[in-house]
Amino acid sequence: MATRQTASLARLMRAPAIILLLIWMLIPLGMTLYYSFLNYNLLNPANTSWAGWFNYQYFYTDPAFFEAIWNTIVLVMGVLLITVCGGIAIAMLIDKPIFGQGIVRILVISPFFVMPPVAALIWKNMIMHPSYGVFADIAKFFGASPVDWFATYPLLSIIIIVAWQWLPFATLILLTSLQSLDGEQMEAAEMDGAPAISRFIYLTLPHMARAITVVVLIQTIFLLGIYAEILVTTNGGPGYASTNLTFLIYRAARLNFDIGGAAAGGIIAVILANFVAIFLMRAVGKNLD
Amino acid sequence: MNRTIRALMGATALCATAGIAAAQDTTLTVATVNNGDMIRMQGLTSDFTEKHPDITVEWVTLEENILRERVTTDIATQGGQYDVLTIGTYEVPIWAKQQWLVPLDGLPDDYDADDLLPAVSEALSVDGTLYAAPFYGESAMVMYRTDLAEAAGITMPESPTWADIKAAAEAMTDKDNEVYGICLRGKPGWGENMAFLTAMANSYGARWFDMDWKPQFDSQEWNAALTDYLDLMTNYGPPGASSNGFNENLSLFQQGKCGMWIDATVAASFVTDPENSTVADKVSFAQFPNKEGMDNHGNWLWAWSLAIPASSQKQDAAKQFIAWATSKGYTELVASKDGWRAAPPGTRTSLYENPDYQSEAPFAAMTLQAINAANTQKSSVQDIPYTGGQFVAIPEFQGIGTAVGQQFSAALAGQMSAEDALSAAQANTTREMTRAGYIK
Amino acid sequence: MARAISRNSKIGWTVAAWLVALIIFFPILYTIITSLKTEQEAIAGFDLIPSFSFSSYETVQNQNNYFRPFMNSVVIAVGSTLLALIVAIPAAWAMAFSPTKRTKDILMWMLSTKMMPAVAVLVPIYLIFLRTGLMDTRTGLVIILMLMNLPIVIWMLYTYFREIPGEILEAARMDGATLRDEILYILTPMAVPGIASTMLLNIILAWNEAFWTIQLTTTNAAPLSAFIASFSSPQGLFWAKLSAASTMAIAPILILGWFSQKQLVRGLTFGAVK
Repeated sequence: MATRQTASLARLMRAPAIILLLIWMLIPLGMTLYYSFLNYNLLNPANTSWAGWFNYQYFYTDPAFFEAIWNTIVLVMGVLLITVCGGIAIAMLIDKPIFGQGIVRILVISPFFVMPPVAALIWKNMIMHPSYGVFADIAKFFGASPVDWFATYPLLSIIIIVAWQWLPFATLILLTSLQSLDGEQMEAAEMDGAPAISRFIYLTLPHMARAITVVVLIQTIFLLGIYAEILVTTNGGPGYASTNLTFLIYRAARLNFDIGGAAAGGIIAVILANFVAIFLMRAVGKNLD
Repeated sequence: MNRTIRALMGATALCATAGIAAAQDTTLTVATVNNGDMIRMQGLTSDFTEKHPDITVEWVTLEENILRERVTTDIATQGGQYDVLTIGTYEVPIWAKQQWLVPLDGLPDDYDADDLLPAVSEALSVDGTLYAAPFYGESAMVMYRTDLAEAAGITMPESPTWADIKAAAEAMTDKDNEVYGICLRGKPGWGENMAFLTAMANSYGARWFDMDWKPQFDSQEWNAALTDYLDLMTNYGPPGASSNGFNENLSLFQQGKCGMWIDATVAASFVTDPENSTVADKVSFAQFPNKEGMDNHGNWLWAWSLAIPASSQKQDAAKQFIAWATSKGYTELVASKDGWRAAPPGTRTSLYENPDYQSEAPFAAMTLQAINAANTQKSSVQDIPYTGGQFVAIPEFQGIGTAVGQQFSAALAGQMSAEDALSAAQANTTREMTRAGYIK
Repeated sequence: MARAISRNSKIGWTVAAWLVALIIFFPILYTIITSLKTEQEAIAGFDLIPSFSFSSYETVQNQNNYFRPFMNSVVIAVGSTLLALIVAIPAAWAMAFSPTKRTKDILMWMLSTKMMPAVAVLVPIYLIFLRTGLMDTRTGLVIILMLMNLPIVIWMLYTYFREIPGEILEAARMDGATLRDEILYILTPMAVPGIASTMLLNIILAWNEAFWTIQLTTTNAAPLSAFIASFSSPQGLFWAKLSAASTMAIAPILILGWFSQKQLVRGLTFGAVK
């Protein structure tokens, strides 16, 4: 359909973005790749030497490595599950004509406006703390003993915090999609006596498929990189129960100042993330058409 | 680009007008931690700039961990973004050996470096040269509630043993009323639970490494220390202890939920502060516990100190600032504004000889005793290849300490036994030390 | 809305929606309440009625002037978003309306540039910033945040643009519309809501960025994330102060969201166009 002229115009329009991102990818990636083969500790720069594959081997044999990968997957999947399901439900709820719709919407999306480290601090100390958190007060009100969230369910606690932060994003995108749903078609289905559930399954869901895909893809990228919330709340513990891959890299880069090791970890993370991305594209990519 | 040029111009101007009162304005960038004493210093900056009208001061105040990351990156890359750094006794010897810090010689005569507490100035010196000036210093001690102790019929000795602590914790615990016998750090981190546990292990006669840098977590001493710690905390500690650090415990203690709290001596001025503490007049102090028959009280020593990075272009002005901020005059300035209780503690002998301070600060004597007792050159009764009290002064310790701290906090959360935590710590540390080239 | 909705069900949905909204909003509400307490009240346990003490705000403002980091945040967030839009709109447009076989691969690749953990590349970027004099400048942060958010901007625009029905263009062409007419009267009105909501979302993302904005600044360009970092977990009580600082950091973006709420959630409404 596209003529040659529009095709070359399109190429011209794409070019700046692609070139910029190419530079942004290649320079850090190239330098990181280079560093990953060096014994390079920031605190001891005099001892820099060629390391070969040692950094990779070292990172991979870390006792926390496999648990960290597992935790990363659980964290991403858990948050996705909550935000997508919750997002659909909330989007449908606030799409209805209700009193004070504007205010409700702004309240629902507000967690997105909070900086991640602040969100983590608020949840840790004011909401989930077993001595003076709100959850503890609720538990005491019902006569139950308060739950020590970060010791008993460290990963779940982090999933809850992160899901709270990302729920607005999912809701927002899904709500937008919901609003472009063809009202007449819906009414026709309603007239025909289709029950709400099948209207949802056969009309609403397929319509939202692309939006859901976008939410899943964009969030996955952000969720793979989560570490600030972990740092503020559990510091990866107890044990490795809440250590994810990024936190492991953080530990190498910002506590050990082991630039070589962190670089190797970064490269491993990129490779794994690309596997995830390819898998996701296979699984849901069709929805983007 | 502008910055560099400006910095260069500033430096040239300084050189050119050396000795002459320069009209050229110098802007000092001071990086500091957001603790109360530092924030007070920030508020008093005008006293300095009035005395030095040619210098303006820009503050970068950050939370401790972010500050450490930020400043380390800058100094290691010779970034030159800061002129004065706030660093601790952990960084000073390591960075000084890398020649990243400017030696603090040639301070003005009225600075009186001999007045600095010997333990503190030793911890900030390498080969007898001072590389950072202490702003405030701390050791660790027991803080306990006199009212609870009395009600439980307990007299706390001035120098308790761990057995005394256990007995007191048991007697003071009243879980129905949310009073827990003892609060200790549990949040994983080299400066959190490992600071306390390393000091506790020291007092049990344990050491991190033997003379060949082999980790010693498989030793009897570490086992005893960790087992007793877990025992204390599970039976008499507050809920959620595995995510409690200094701040969380401070809040708990101030709210009257802890019978005892063993932590940094600076906490004493917070828990006795009637404005913020509900138990201000019911606190007393005792020395950091030791094990029966072992003469070691943990050797905890920390001093937030001001240093000049070698990459700074304004070292002379920076030196003037440090001389002002850590002088006797500054202490008096604070005292005249906020009272003697607020004076930065733990750095100068003269402060502890001051009768006004002694009468206003009930914790003064115990703090001084704790700091003087701390031996950071040899923190264990056994032979050790490292220095440092509640830490090991090697660059790798931040990472190792945090990894070990994660294991110990897992044990505290009840997810693994003390033995498993210790063997995981042993394996982990051996791995890191081998990599870093200590273990051949 | 043509359908008649019974008042009862409207009330029912209203109650449900408000309940959900309040639960989600609660942590922020509680932060605002806490900011109006004294430090002692802040840790004294659950209480929804503060003493309306503004002392925390006063302390925060005295310790760290709010205005400079605020202006930095505005410049950095708006600047990086506008720059990203300038680059992204043509690219997303081209990919949406003249897709090639590789468009989806390119999109995925763009997203994959975000997969490198920031902590792993800090040192290379730090060195580059030092050498080029970008350290502690707004320009440097605008560039970094623009590059960071560019993939997201392109993605969102792409999905919005994809919703614009191609038939409309063809119909317009049949009617003899010039390219200029096409862009001015047909595409722009339909694209603007999508662009607006993308812009808002990315301003928020840039506003909340708390890694690069802290690591690559000292004083001159330090935005609100650094302002917040000077109030989180010092020694001593800090709840009320942190809450006050957080409220001050959230408030501008919350107000912006409030005013643009319709724009933010409308995005595209094609039911009317079809």
